[in-house]
Amino acid sequence: MSLPDNSVWTRVEIGLNALAVDPAGLGGLWLRARSGPVRDRVTEALGALPLPLKRLHPSIGDEQLFGGIDLTATLSSGKLVERAGLLAEPAVLVLPMAERTLPGLAARLAGAMDQGTGHCLIALDEGAEPGETLPEALTDRLALHVDLDALPYGETDPIVLEQAALAAARERLPRVRAAGKVLEDLTLLAVRLGVHSLRAPMLALRTARALAAIAGNDEVAVDDLTAAVELVLAPRATQFPESEPEPDQPPDQDPTPPEPDPEKGEQDEGESQSLDDIPLQDILLEAAKATLPADLLAMLAAKRANRGGGGSAGAGAKHKGNRRGRPIPSRRGRLETGARLDVISTLRAAAPWQTIRKQESRFERSLHIRSDDFRIKRFEEKSDRLLIFVVDASGSAAMTRLAEAKGAVEILLAEAYARRDHVALVAFRNEGAELLLPPTRSLVQTKRRLAALPGGGGTPLAAGLKVALEVAIQSKGRGMTPTVALMTDGRANIALDGSANRALAAEDAERMATAIRLQGFPSLVIDMGQRPERSLKALADTLGAPYIPLPRADANRLSSAVSAALDA
Amino acid sequence: MTQPFPFSAIVGQEEMKQAMILTAIDPGIGGVLVFGDRGTGKSTAVRALAALLPPIHAVASCPVNSPSLDRCPEWAHLTSTEIVKRPTPVVDLPLGVTEDRVVGALDIEKALSSGVKAFEPGLLARANRGYLYIDEVNLLEDHIVDLLLDVAQSGENVVEREGLSIRHPARFVLVGSGNPEEGELRPQLLDRFGLSVEVTSPKDIDTRIEVIRRRDTYETDFEGFMAKWRPEDAVLRDRILAARDHLKAMQSSDDVLRDCAELCVALGSDGLRGELTLLKAARALAAFEGADKVTREHVRAVAPSALRHRLRRDPLDEAGSTTRVARVVDEVLGEPA
Repeated sequence: MSLPDNSVWTRVEIGLNALAVDPAGLGGLWLRARSGPVRDRVTEALGALPLPLKRLHPSIGDEQLFGGIDLTATLSSGKLVERAGLLAEPAVLVLPMAERTLPGLAARLAGAMDQGTGHCLIALDEGAEPGETLPEALTDRLALHVDLDALPYGETDPIVLEQAALAAARERLPRVRAAGKVLEDLTLLAVRLGVHSLRAPMLALRTARALAAIAGNDEVAVDDLTAAVELVLAPRATQFPESEPEPDQPPDQDPTPPEPDPEKGEQDEGESQSLDDIPLQDILLEAAKATLPADLLAMLAAKRANRGGGGSAGAGAKHKGNRRGRPIPSRRGRLETGARLDVISTLRAAAPWQTIRKQESRFERSLHIRSDDFRIKRFEEKSDRLLIFVVDASGSAAMTRLAEAKGAVEILLAEAYARRDHVALVAFRNEGAELLLPPTRSLVQTKRRLAALPGGGGTPLAAGLKVALEVAIQSKGRGMTPTVALMTDGRANIALDGSANRALAAEDAERMATAIRLQGFPSLVIDMGQRPERSLKALADTLGAPYIPLPRADANRLSSAVSAALDA
Repeated sequence: MTQPFPFSAIVGQEEMKQAMILTAIDPGIGGVLVFGDRGTGKSTAVRALAALLPPIHAVASCPVNSPSLDRCPEWAHLTSTEIVKRPTPVVDLPLGVTEDRVVGALDIEKALSSGVKAFEPGLLARANRGYLYIDEVNLLEDHIVDLLLDVAQSGENVVEREGLSIRHPARFVLVGSGNPEEGELRPQLLDRFGLSVEVTSPKDIDTRIEVIRRRDTYETDFEGFMAKWRPEDAVLRDRILAARDHLKAMQSSDDVLRDCAELCVALGSDGLRGELTLLKAARALAAFEGADKVTREHVRAVAPSALRHRLRRDPLDEAGSTTRVARVVDEVLGEPA
C-alpha cells in the first residue's frame, strides 16, 4: 500500500481500509471536518465496516449507553422491560459534534474501549478553534487522526471499500507478523516526533498489520509501515524531528547501555532480509515529515496556551449554580432559598413509586410526591472575569506617565463595569507592593483609590507581581477567572527582600513571572517607558503575555490596546 | 472480558507497582492516587491488580461480600448461604455516575414489578472489602467526592430515603488516576489517599520498545504470553500473602517513629495522617521484603509516595513536590547509605 500521490484523501481512503480490517484494534477515527459533502463521503463509507453503526451524541446519558429500565414500556405493560445500552455489543459508534464531548462521556467511552469489547469510535469533530476539540482521553485511543478542513470537494472521490478483499484481509490479519525491528523503529520514530504516549506506536503497528493483511502479505512491509506512520504518528507529532540526530538519548538520560544501539546494530547486519537492508528509520521519517502540517509549531503553541490558560478541560473556569447559565442535568436536592425546582424531572422521579405509595398512603390522592423526588435545576456559567491591574508607582514611572496610566485604568474600569468584570488594583513602589483595592465591581471606589495613588521611590517589580499572584490565586478559589495586567517601565531595582540590588531584583521578577505562568493565569504587559525596554519584553515572554510598548500612547490608545489583548 | 494484562509484565513504573502492592498487603494504608500522562499504563496497572489480588472468602449471595453469615446486613435477601471464594472486587466508579448508583437506592425493578420496597445496593456495597477505582478522579463531580470522603472516613454507608433506613459496611481501598493537566484535585480528597505516585512516559528508548513488544506479544500470542507471566504473577501473589502474615509481627522501633515524625515536621504536612501512612507503608514494605523490623531505608523508600501529596502548595516552587520531598528526606535521614 504505497501512496501514489501524497494527498490527504488517499490517506483517508487507506485509513478507512485499515479500519475496516481491524475496527476494534485501531480504536477508530478522529475526523476533524465541518459537516459537508467532503465529510459525508467519509461517513457514507462507514457502512462498509464489519460492525453495526450506532449514533451517539455528546450529551448522551448513562441509560442509553449502558442500558437500563425502559420506563415507558414498563409502566404501560406493568411488566419490567429492560433496554440494552448502545455499548452492550461491539459497534461502530459515530459521535457527531465530538468537540462538545464532556470529560465524563470521554472517560466512559475510553473505559468501554479499554475493556476490549470491540468498539470502534468515529469522532466527527467540527471544532472551529484549535482549542475546541475532542478530549485527549479519546484522541489518544483512536489510531487515525484526519483533518479534512482545508480539503476542497473537487479533490475527493467516493471511497471504495471492497468487501471481498477486506474479508480476506480480516482472515489473514491474525497471521500477519511484524519483525522485532519494526517495533523498535516505530517506537524510536514516535520519540523523535515528540509523541509521548505509548499507545501511538502500538496503534501504528496495528495499522501497519492491517495494511499488510490487505496487501495479502504475512509480513509487514515497508510500504505498510510508511502508510501507518503517515496515518498514525505524523498527525500526533509535537516537534520537528530533524533537530535531533541522536534522538534516543534525551539530555537528561544516562547514555544508553553499552550494547550496540539497537537501531544501528541491526541495520548493519541481516543484509538478506527485505526490511533490514533499507535504512527504515529514514524512510519512515521522510514519510512522517512529508505529512507534518506546515504550521505545526503555531498550532502547538495555540494548544498549549489553551491548556495552560485556566482551560483545564472546563473544570476551573466554570462554576455551577442554579440561577443562570447553560442548563446541566438536574439533581436531587432540597428546596432551599434560591433553588429552582425542575418539575418534569421531579414528576419523572416520582412516577415509578406511585403504586407503592398509593398502597401505603392513608390519603386518597392522585399524585404522591415526597421530598426525595425533588429535583433541582442546575446551571453552569462562565465565571466572572477579574482584571488585576499591577501599576508601577515608582519614581521613574511617576515622572513620565503615572497620570496616563491612571487615565487608562479609569477607561478600562468603565469598560469593565459595562461588562460586569471585577477589578483589583495593586500598586508597587519604594520597598514593596500593596493591594490598594481587593476585587470589586465598585467603580467609584476604584477611582477614588486610584486618584490617591502617590508616586515615587524604587521599582519593586517582583513584589508587585507577588501580590498580584496571591490575589489571583485567591480569586480563582472563589470562582473568578483572573487576568493580570502589568503596567510598568520595567526597570526593576528592588528585590523581593527589599534590598536595592538590580541583578537580584530582575531575577526575582523573573521567578515571580514564571510562577504566574505556571499557575496558568493569562497576563499582559504594558510598557509605559519612554522607549521600549528590552528586559520588559523578556519578562513578557516569561509570562507568556502579549507585550504592548506604548512609547507615546495616550490613555485612549492604551485602553484599546489592552482590550484588544484581552479579547484576543 | 479476556484476562487483563499481567501485573508482573508491566515494564518499569516501579513506584506505581510498589504502591499498589503495599496497599494489597495492608489495605489500611488507604488507597493510591496515580497521576500522570496519557498512555503510561495507569489503567492497565489497576486492571492487572484486580487479577493479581488473592481471592477473598465471602457469603455467595451477600451484596457486600461479608465474610460470614452473621456479618451479612439484615436487608439482604440471601438466596445462598454458602461461603465461596471470589476474586477481590475491583469496582469502577465512572465519571458522571449518579448518587443513587454510588450509595444504592430503592430497587426500581422490584418496586415496579412486584410493588415491594427493597434496597438495591450501589457501587459502595459492591466495593466492600475490595477496591474502588476512579479513573479521571480529578474530574469527578463535587457532590460525589463529598460522598466518597464521608464513606471512606467512616467505613460505613448510610442510606436514608423513601422510608428506608439502611446501613452497611463499605471499607474499600480507593484507587484514583488522572491527568493533572485537566484539573486539580481538592486537597481534602488528596489527603484521603494514602499514597500518591506520579507516572511519566518512560524516557529510555529500550524501555519504550520493551513496553511495545510485550503489549504486542500479549495481543498476537496471548497463550504463550500468559504462560510466561502467569507464574510470575503467582509468585508475587504468594509474596503478598506471606507479607500479610508477616505484617502482624512486624516491629517498628522508636527511632523509626521519630524519623517519620521528623520528616513530616520538616515538610510541614498538615495533620498526623502523614506520619501514620508513612509508618504503615514502611511496615508493609518491610514485610514484603521479608525483613524482621522496619528500618530507615524502608521509610526512605516509601516517603515520596506517602508524603508527596500532603505538602502545602507553594506557587513559587517550580521543582514540584517530588523534588521537595526527596530534598527533605536526604536532609532528615541523611544521604542514602
